[in-house]
Amino acid sequence: MVFLTRRATFSASHYYWNEAWTAEKNEQVFGRCANRNGHGHNYTLEVTVAGEPDAITGFVVDLKWLKDVMEQEVLAAYDHRHLNLEVEEFAQGKLIPTTENIAIAAWKRMEPAVTAAGGARLSRVRVYETPEIFAEFRGGL
Amino acid sequence: MSENSETAYFGRRYSLSASHRLHSDALSAEQNRAAYGKCNNPHGHGHNYVVEVLLGGKVDPETGMVLNLAALDETVQRRVMERFDHTNLNLDPAFVNRVPTTENLCRAVFELLDGAVEPAKLAQVRVEETENNFFEYKGEVAGDTASW
Repeated sequence: MVFLTRRATFSASHYYWNEAWTAEKNEQVFGRCANRNGHGHNYTLEVTVAGEPDAITGFVVDLKWLKDVMEQEVLAAYDHRHLNLEVEEFAQGKLIPTTENIAIAAWKRMEPAVTAAGGARLSRVRVYETPEIFAEFRGGL
Repeated sequence: MSENSETAYFGRRYSLSASHRLHSDALSAEQNRAAYGKCNNPHGHGHNYVVEVLLGGKVDPETGMVLNLAALDETVQRRVMERFDHTNLNLDPAFVNRVPTTENLCRAVFELLDGAVEPAKLAQVRVEETENNFFEYKGEVAGDTASW
């Protein structure tokens, strides 16, 4: 089993707000992230797939194909967007666009395409919000 | 809110500056120099360590978080940074009978944070001594009988 990882970056804005809470509670729990005018980050999306290298090509997957999956499934929806306002899974307060939830949502966006391609499985999606903060989803613990 | 209660990992990196000297009382002066080289210099030396804390747990449907970042920062500050940052590691009680290698610092940080990040679980501590070397510890694993 070989693990192959590809990185891409996207820039987006967001804020943290739970519609079920009072403004005071949102501000208490989320601090500066609760500013409803939003703020932005340069995110790094790191995607790891696992599989056996192909006997003929030596590839676990074609990196160009993986780049296209990341761009079509995630970056096309997230890059230069306001996550709370413009991205379906987070819109209307459905889901708070924390780094954890972005990692899970990115996994859900890419997993069908990776599985359909056969050969490799999605192993890990890591999202850096800043160089010091990241969240990771592996389909479970 | 969402039905989401998936499990995920959350990681955070901290910077810690400290000095240390690698020296074992169980070894002769020659053996210490052979084992540790310039790290055995009697007056010690320092590093800007990066401590990376990885938590695993359920993503709280109300907050979208594994653990509130502010709570993690406070715990790490109180338990790790206040103890080790800008100190001489050799003088810390954790290293009285243990050489302050980065392996041992990594284990010490893990032990200080283990159980203190509830409801999340401490999944791993990684300590980078320089940009070219790092150490990771995930707690005791089956078959590991080392006492700590």
